Amino acid sequence: MRTFKIGGVHPHDKKIASDCPIEQFPIQSKAYLPLSQHIGAPAQAVVAVGDKVLVGQLIAQAGGFVSSPIHSSVSGTVSAIGPVKDFTGRAIPTITIDVEGDEWDPSIDRSPDIVRECALEPKEIIAKISAMGVVGLGGASFPTHVKLSPPPGKKAECLIINGAECEPYLTSDYRLLIEHPEEIVIGATIMMKALGVKRGYIAIEENKPEAIALLTKTAASYEGVEVVKLRKKYPQGGEKQLIDAVTGRRVPSMGLPIDAGAVVQNVGTSFAVYEAVQKNKPLFEGVVTVTGDCVKNRGNWLLRAGTPYQALLDSAGELPVGALKLISGGPMMGRTIVNPEGPTVKSTSALLVLTAEQTSRQKETGCIRCGKCIDACPMGLEPYLLNKLARLGRYDEMEALKIADCIECGCCLYSCPAYMPLLDNIRIAKAEVIKRIRARAVQK
Amino acid sequence: MRKLIVSPSPHIHSKDSTRSLMADVLIALSPAMLVSVFFYGLQAIQMVLVGAVTCVAVEWLIQKYLQKVKPTINDLSAAVTGVLLALNLPPNSPWWLTIVGSIVAIGVAKLTFGGLGHNIFNPALVGRVFLLISFPVLMTDWSIPASWFINSTDAVTGATPLAAINEGLASGLSVKDILAQNPGLSYSNILFARAGGSVGEISGLALMLGFIYLLVRRVIRPHITISIWLTIAVVTGIFWLINPDVYTGPVFNLLTGGVLLGSIFMATDYVTSPMAAKGQIIYGIGIGLITVMIRYWGSYPEGVSFAILIMNAFTPLINKYIHPTRFGKEVRNG
Repeated sequence: MRTFKIGGVHPHDKKIASDCPIEQFPIQSKAYLPLSQHIGAPAQAVVAVGDKVLVGQLIAQAGGFVSSPIHSSVSGTVSAIGPVKDFTGRAIPTITIDVEGDEWDPSIDRSPDIVRECALEPKEIIAKISAMGVVGLGGASFPTHVKLSPPPGKKAECLIINGAECEPYLTSDYRLLIEHPEEIVIGATIMMKALGVKRGYIAIEENKPEAIALLTKTAASYEGVEVVKLRKKYPQGGEKQLIDAVTGRRVPSMGLPIDAGAVVQNVGTSFAVYEAVQKNKPLFEGVVTVTGDCVKNRGNWLLRAGTPYQALLDSAGELPVGALKLISGGPMMGRTIVNPEGPTVKSTSALLVLTAEQTSRQKETGCIRCGKCIDACPMGLEPYLLNKLARLGRYDEMEALKIADCIECGCCLYSCPAYMPLLDNIRIAKAEVIKRIRARAVQK
Repeated sequence: MRKLIVSPSPHIHSKDSTRSLMADVLIALSPAMLVSVFFYGLQAIQMVLVGAVTCVAVEWLIQKYLQKVKPTINDLSAAVTGVLLALNLPPNSPWWLTIVGSIVAIGVAKLTFGGLGHNIFNPALVGRVFLLISFPVLMTDWSIPASWFINSTDAVTGATPLAAINEGLASGLSVKDILAQNPGLSYSNILFARAGGSVGEISGLALMLGFIYLLVRRVIRPHITISIWLTIAVVTGIFWLINPDVYTGPVFNLLTGGVLLGSIFMATDYVTSPMAAKGQIIYGIGIGLITVMIRYWGSYPEGVSFAILIMNAFTPLINKYIHPTRFGKEVRNG
């Protein structure tokens, strides 16, 4: 069985929501749609306060090539365009819509029939994906059309669909895989056509045997698509780790996946590409897992973007008293929710609720030089040393020790028996080192 | 509104702690301790207890009254040092010898360097070598204490296998003759249970059980231990093939003179061994080579303790120059 070769950890996978089928989450009275739901330039609003909008209607256009348009996730009236606090508590430009009914743009094909043929040319496919606002749903929200347009001189050789879902607790990709296997395979073939590659892999971890069996059966009737079974190990779904696991190639230091001839897209993205290209449906909803050991009503919801996290939390049922940690995403890389009134976005994958006991950090007790952080680091770095240098602000040495290659997966902090805040310090120092590298590049 | 916990990712932890890892080391040592109690009875219990209690007490007293910091005895590292020191002493050691060794181990080798995580040399080994140099007669007295199991009248020889070989070679005998004269030196005896040698190394099997436990619990990785074994096996194997009359063979060298105890429990000490896999292999090879050199050409019959301490001194250098394999080659800058 394939896996990545350096580092990694084995947290309990806790897929306790895996049996909950995908259900439509109730539409709330207001939707908050931030203009920046992706990496790159923010989108620019094309509606004004008072305008009536339909579900799927364009409300903000892309602000450049590395950007993505925003479509309304609800029907109703635009009631405000201005700063709204997101889940981290930061005020960002947002279009607020008062919901009236659920009226869809008529150009969207809402029939359940599967559309298998795609007659579009590669360029047209990419343009369509771009226009439908599809972004990477694996966590980073990088605009999908950019990834499908390799820079001149670089050539993709294979497409990898990331179904590893290596983060504990998360089950949204798994539900999509077993409920919409054919759509995901079609989405993959569409992206393969756009890239001009003959080989496509759908990589799934061994803890999802039903998904592996189902996808293998489905993919058999599509040429060039192969399902790859991966060992359960975190961070198997990290882009560089996944390419290593599936193809045995390593993306160079500071390089991009395309340098190893690979393009990686998430399962959710593949489904969104299918809907965008075959059903003319923009990306404005996605599957979101609501889970946690203390959550009574777990679920995998088909959720409209712009729904406040609080609504998801209310759906969870009665929660234990005392302090809780709310996480947008998984327990290893998910981001902490500071403001539950903040909205979800198109790439939101989960609301995870952890109790204080599960998540509290112990007091740091001092490095015992056990080397567990080195064993755990999937990039082959020395977190204990970077942590020490970060505290001293010795940036040149950290750059030489490859701090910029850190993928912030959290394996070091997870495995440190002395509870050293390794990633906290490394993250801050890494940002500074990358700033310095960029400043040098500009000077040249 | 409900109180929310806010801190950056990762949000979960493996739940390993310094204390749990040290407790695992104590559990891994328990088969060896049980065998020694079986053979030496109260004497073994006394030595292990005196070692552990003294080390913990010395650490507490020095941290509380000299360094005026919060004592760290709860991490169990001092207890591990005490137990390891006791298991590395001859079975007839008087109680005060264990105490002196413990004071040197914790007071000198550990706390003067800044405590756990900062010491350069393995504290238990510094304690042992201090005793070996200061009390050479007591530390090489391998006679076996009387116990319910061993009737002192038929405790034929107390000499360690390596000491027997050293003496025999000095008197002009060949290795084969020496082994023939000492039926107690058969491999099966050494592997399963053999009185003679340090308290903790009666049974190679008990030590191996501990090794397997440490690996299964992922407390240590096999790199250091295995590279020590392979180095000793290969080097002694070559010499043994060249001249089996003068040089002892690989199996004999692996099973005697504290190689198992040292390679499994002493060389793998977190603080004093290199951190990256490649560095650990270099360190293990170094220990193996120095051990064989001391045994073949040095005046001490064994050599593991010195070999580990010498390689401890190289650990900072190895950590500085040997980095882990990075993911992905460098092709461009910025």
